[in-house]
Amino acid sequence: MNNWTDVLDVNDIPPLGARVVRHGSLDIAVFRTDGDEIFALEDRCPHKGGPLSQGIVHGRKVTCPMHGWNVELDSGQAVAPDQGCAREFPVRVENGRVSLDFAGSVQRPACSCSD
Amino acid sequence: MDMSTPAGHGPKMKLVMVGNGMAGVRTLEELLKLAPDLYDITVFGAEPHPNYNRILLSPVLAGEQTVDDIVLNPLDWYRENNITLHLGRKVVKIDRSARHVEDEDGTRAGYDRLLLATGSTPFILPVPGADLEGVVSFRDIADVDAMIRAAGRYRHAVVIGGGLLGLEAANGLMKRGMDVSVVHIGPWLMERQLDEPAARLLQKNLEEKGMKFLLQKQTAELVRGESGRVAAIQFKDGDSAPADLVVMAVGIRPNTELAESAGLHCNRGIVVNDTLQTFDPRIYSIGECAAHRGIAYGLVAPLFEQARVCANHLAHYGIGRYQGSVTSTKLKVTGIDLFSAGDFSGGEGTEAILYSDPIGGVYKKLVIKDDKLVGGVMIGDTVDGAWYFSLLRDGKNVSELRDHLMFGQDHCGNLGHQGINKAATMTDDMEVCGCNGVCKGDIVKAIREKGLFTLEDVRKHTKASSSCGSCTGLVEQILAVTAGGDYSAAPKTKSVCGCTDHTHEEVRATIRQNKLLTIPQVMNFMEWRTPNGCASCRPALNYYLIAAWPGEAEDDPQSRFINERAHANIQRDGTYSVIPRMWGGNTTPSELRRIAEVAEKYDIPAIHVTGGQRIDLLGVKKEDLPKVWADLDMPSGHAYGKALRTVKTCVGSEWCRFGTQNSTQMGIDLEKVFFKMWAPHKVKLAVSGCPRNCAEVAIKDIGIIGVDSGWEIYVGGNGGIKTEVAQFLVKLKTPDEVLEYTGAFLQLYREEARYLDRTVHYIARVGLDYVKKKILDDAEGRRALYERLLFALSVERDPWVERAKEGKQKHEFETVSA
Repeated sequence: MNNWTDVLDVNDIPPLGARVVRHGSLDIAVFRTDGDEIFALEDRCPHKGGPLSQGIVHGRKVTCPMHGWNVELDSGQAVAPDQGCAREFPVRVENGRVSLDFAGSVQRPACSCSD
Repeated sequence: MDMSTPAGHGPKMKLVMVGNGMAGVRTLEELLKLAPDLYDITVFGAEPHPNYNRILLSPVLAGEQTVDDIVLNPLDWYRENNITLHLGRKVVKIDRSARHVEDEDGTRAGYDRLLLATGSTPFILPVPGADLEGVVSFRDIADVDAMIRAAGRYRHAVVIGGGLLGLEAANGLMKRGMDVSVVHIGPWLMERQLDEPAARLLQKNLEEKGMKFLLQKQTAELVRGESGRVAAIQFKDGDSAPADLVVMAVGIRPNTELAESAGLHCNRGIVVNDTLQTFDPRIYSIGECAAHRGIAYGLVAPLFEQARVCANHLAHYGIGRYQGSVTSTKLKVTGIDLFSAGDFSGGEGTEAILYSDPIGGVYKKLVIKDDKLVGGVMIGDTVDGAWYFSLLRDGKNVSELRDHLMFGQDHCGNLGHQGINKAATMTDDMEVCGCNGVCKGDIVKAIREKGLFTLEDVRKHTKASSSCGSCTGLVEQILAVTAGGDYSAAPKTKSVCGCTDHTHEEVRATIRQNKLLTIPQVMNFMEWRTPNGCASCRPALNYYLIAAWPGEAEDDPQSRFINERAHANIQRDGTYSVIPRMWGGNTTPSELRRIAEVAEKYDIPAIHVTGGQRIDLLGVKKEDLPKVWADLDMPSGHAYGKALRTVKTCVGSEWCRFGTQNSTQMGIDLEKVFFKMWAPHKVKLAVSGCPRNCAEVAIKDIGIIGVDSGWEIYVGGNGGIKTEVAQFLVKLKTPDEVLEYTGAFLQLYREEARYLDRTVHYIARVGLDYVKKKILDDAEGRRALYERLLFALSVERDPWVERAKEGKQKHEFETVSA
């Protein structure tokens, strides 16, 4: 059971880009690929906390602007050989509107998230 | 998931690999990464062991490591990847029409694709007694076992062959307590890697450790003892020596027997094309058995490069091509560092620079031809090997470096590794890579635990040497000691990134010739491997497009690094810094007042005076940026961009009692004309009003010094990681000439440099003479360059004005609250 919150329009996000959604003290990066897929990750690189929303998006990955880690958009996992993972948030897209489930963040099994 | 099988469904294709060595298994690893479900894989290995690191047989022989230590892929790995493994089984027949292979027992395995990775076999001298007990080669674990057994029982060992392999064998046997003589037919050791003085120094070092040498000796016979085992070696000149163990290390040859028996074309190896296919396109071959463009490689790095291309092709991926490798040898014979690359012997049309310190145990020779480094050999101190190798591979013009070349990169102003040049003397907690804070221990650990072999691997896993590169030599030394790496090699041409095999030059030329205007067009036209590139190639392509087609190609903010997308510099806490432009370093009370008011209004926590004569406001929140810019009402300083940064000036003849020219005005004029200029990397200018040079022009991309009779122009200076002194280009009379010549130089750099090359790197690649030809000798060309720059600048607008006053890219600065 997801608890969806409507946040923005798909077209508010540039293709191959991201927008930051602020929920309380939490920043979530909402990404759009060139195929208009939408993904949401906590806006913190698993490396040193860099803002992933500010990175370059390519394929289903984003490159962190701080030290160049690549993070998978669909899982939050760092691309090998780097290890770590950013918290992933469920996304729903309906009629061009993007909703997030702030309470439903997913922690991947093989990852060493700090929280 | 069966999309990639031929019919779209049905059984998987069958891949059979003959040979279970490093190159072959690396191919499988690469293939499994790309297409884990495409093939049913069967492997035949003649040895009873899983894939192990053959390079490390020497430390096993020397007792420093065990066989278990050097296994790369344990049996579990084959199981986990569903690979059918036949160990100790030699394939003797390939039936190409029925498409199956057959081993000694008659077991058959059918294939859709066959990979021959049969490696090489040691060459055995055809002398009487070569088949006696106690005569071995040094190629596999069985050989090493035989040598270790002999060392436990016998005293005299003779190693035939004074190459790398022979010396490693001799060293190992010596460590096992044997009395070892090395027999060599040539006049000096390792003649394919070393010249005579280097070899003599090596020999002296080894003799001090107790090794004996019999040079220029030809073996006539191996003499049988009473027990039936070898007892002595007899030479053609009548001499002889006792020998309870004889190790033949006189060379290897590609193992092509099986391929030849199947009618595959072989010529000093199994002949393969650039996709590693033999003359039968279902059959691939890689590794020491394969001959690519006439060369059978024996070093790990090129073989792994082949593996990557071969796996790509087997996976039906992309258009990977193997185009050959330039190799250098970086080796460690028993604690002595050696480096050898290219044509080190010299000859007609070449000159050599020599350095020899017999007491210190250091010898270096660099061979130069037509102002380019074509080869080198070093012993005792090899830390600059990587640097020499890159000069050699890139064919850089070294005429300007010549005086300092021998003394290495440090003497050309290289900082960042504390002047340490010997990895062996470093402790594990000492820092190797100053940029990324990586210690020696981290690198050693990563190499051991992750099984790394190449510099690229180490860069990926540890980040060491991945930024400024000044520690590359140290990292290579650590790699050589830890992984037994006996190589360093690189692809012949340098592609833009892993998304393509095309070089920067090819991409730029294609964009121009075909009038490509967007990044997707380039990627499509040039068959990029990835859907939208990566963080390396996208910014490069974006720059190449707007540089080639100003006003027509549209700038793509999503392909710009965040600083250039936000027009401010991201800081470690995610805030930004703002540096407004102050023309020529001049400012006014009203500007200073506005800066002060903005800092208070937006709670800006830090204000810093930069080295470029401007003021930096640090800690600005991203959403405040457009308002800060609007309130400042000053031009963008482009401190965030690969663009024109500052033009630093002194106060010149207006104020200074020594000033000969109005350097301040000259600087302001230059900055106003070149304002908004994007470039392959950042560009810094400076103008001094007299030769006292208060504006420090010698470390700028373009430095201008006013003298009584005019202006001297210097280019290619750099004050970064590697201090580079700018070189004199020309002396000019009028400010208009200064604008035209500097503008033309900048445009030449903009049109021809690789993305992220500073002017110094560009000049090092093409040579200052080339730049002079274009800028000084060709007046029409110079004016055309300058015109093209002015046109490109005419279509650019101040990005701060666009964002502060016109709402451009508004979403970039807005956070959604929910």
